[in-house]
Amino acid sequence: MPWEHFEHAADIGIRGIDATLSQAFAQAAIAMTAVITDPGRVAATHSFAIHCSAEDNEILFLDWINELVYAMAVHKLLFNHYQVDIIENRLSAVAFGEPLDRQKHQPAVEIKGATFTELFVGQRPDGLWIAQCIVDV
Amino acid sequence: MDLNQLTQRDETCWEIPPHGKMRVPAVIYADAPLLQDMDQKVFEQLSNVATLPGIVEAAYAMPDAHWGYGFPIGGVAAFDPEQGGVISAGGVGFDISCGVRTIHTGLTIADIQPQKPQLAEALFRYIPAGLGSTGRLHLNHHDMHAMLHGGAQWAVEQGFGVAEDLERIEEHGRMAGAEARNVSARAKERQKDEMGTLGSGNHYLEVQRVAEIFAPEIADVFGLKTDAIVISTHCGSRGLGHQIGTEFLKQMALTAPRYNISLPDRELACAPLDSPLGKEYLGAMRAGINCALANRQILTHLTRQAVATIFPDLNMPLLYDVSHNTCKLERHTINGQAKDLFIHRKGATRAFGPGHPSLPEVFRQVGQPVLIGGSMGTSSYILCGSAASEQRAFSSACHGAGRAMSRHQASKHWQGKTLVEQLASQGIIIRSRSMRGVAEEAPKAYKDVGAVVDLADRAGLARKVARLEPLICIKG
Repeated sequence: MPWEHFEHAADIGIRGIDATLSQAFAQAAIAMTAVITDPGRVAATHSFAIHCSAEDNEILFLDWINELVYAMAVHKLLFNHYQVDIIENRLSAVAFGEPLDRQKHQPAVEIKGATFTELFVGQRPDGLWIAQCIVDV
Repeated sequence: MDLNQLTQRDETCWEIPPHGKMRVPAVIYADAPLLQDMDQKVFEQLSNVATLPGIVEAAYAMPDAHWGYGFPIGGVAAFDPEQGGVISAGGVGFDISCGVRTIHTGLTIADIQPQKPQLAEALFRYIPAGLGSTGRLHLNHHDMHAMLHGGAQWAVEQGFGVAEDLERIEEHGRMAGAEARNVSARAKERQKDEMGTLGSGNHYLEVQRVAEIFAPEIADVFGLKTDAIVISTHCGSRGLGHQIGTEFLKQMALTAPRYNISLPDRELACAPLDSPLGKEYLGAMRAGINCALANRQILTHLTRQAVATIFPDLNMPLLYDVSHNTCKLERHTINGQAKDLFIHRKGATRAFGPGHPSLPEVFRQVGQPVLIGGSMGTSSYILCGSAASEQRAFSSACHGAGRAMSRHQASKHWQGKTLVEQLASQGIIIRSRSMRGVAEEAPKAYKDVGAVVDLADRAGLARKVARLEPLICIKG
């Protein structure tokens, strides 16, 4: 699976691993959805555009996750997949999902924000990109 | 944690001697078993806190300390504005002023035993809990600003509760110095439908029986008797506080070099207290405190309404409301000299001792109630601030048990439905919309709160007054 969770004493780590930086960001965002609910329970009936830019890839990743946290909180949405394009520290993305339905999605926990803890964006020796951080829940 | 890295000061107090860039020592209140269970990260994070400019005396960790962001959860540190001291968004955290309040009901276990399921149902119906829940109150721009400046006082003015409640809340229900204009439009947007909501994760509302009294003379002052029923709420500043934390953490981390602050960890993001950014955060953070106080006040009103559907005409006075995750300006005595210091308590409770002028008259003789939350199946505790606590850690105590197991591990270990059934067989009713949420919050995913509280008592951080047992828990 190109996304996974990793351990933190109080909260939870999200990690995307994929062939490109953009795909790693998209996969990490699915890992974030999976903190809240099973992404398989979410349908893609709505789309939501997100744009952000930052001074480096790590801050850009933090901003990306925090933009999603904000969009989910304010618009009461859950996302199941993402189309991400990153060019020179500028991110343009579309998040696909649907309005939160507490019966259907059984959300376990709300994400307060992405943190600098275990924040890492970079390439592994095998060439795959990793994007990860701990999210506060 | 490796005990060999520590110097034991006394039975309950261990020191990390200054090393590297540490300006002061770091001090942990614990015994050998608690220390052995403590993350190694606490050592690292507390040592890092001790490197920050203007830190006074020592960086402290409470007995429930565990790996946090920048500061360990259970971390306490004081900064002197006259010595280049800083204010740290990381040292306050994402859930600004998350805290606990406890309400008396006047009922006894005998009164509620036959009505427990109905009471659980009423509370679950009245208290918006879990992700996606919204309150009945929807704030416009004007009301949002009034709330951010007025805190629980504003909530009472809106009809949520009574004036007598305010006496029983830290800061008398309103944190002075809040600046609503320093809170971003996004933070306000995130909050406008969330007033009077519990949140999720480790937030809860719990109906509890007073099971044991340790200090009868103080319990009398607090109005606690064996078998009495109280209701405790653990929640915070919701989306507004989270957004303030997110925004200022990033801003402080990126601007620290401009202030010549070398951050050993970006989560220690901070700014000088006398800098424009430090002052801006202080105003926003204080508005976040008011949001949390207003939120708990509205929840108190809803709790009273829910209980009244089963037990009409009860008087349900507040015992007290305490905040964790704050930075507050307080006067403390350092080397015999009174100083105004900014005290960060990250997952720690204030524990003012007898005679403190900020305490309401009713508690001034004995000290401040310190409310320590449990976790669904475990006890909660009420302690009292002690005179010794001023010397031990700027009048601070622990705030809970601290996690012993990650959410990930907990959800693999337990099934929510099985846990709910097991707790029901022990007479504890759990109501939650998420069974995975229940599994992640399993009582055994937390450390032994009794051991943490005993240590706080032995260390002189606060004095044990009463133990509470859960009967009904509405999980966020």
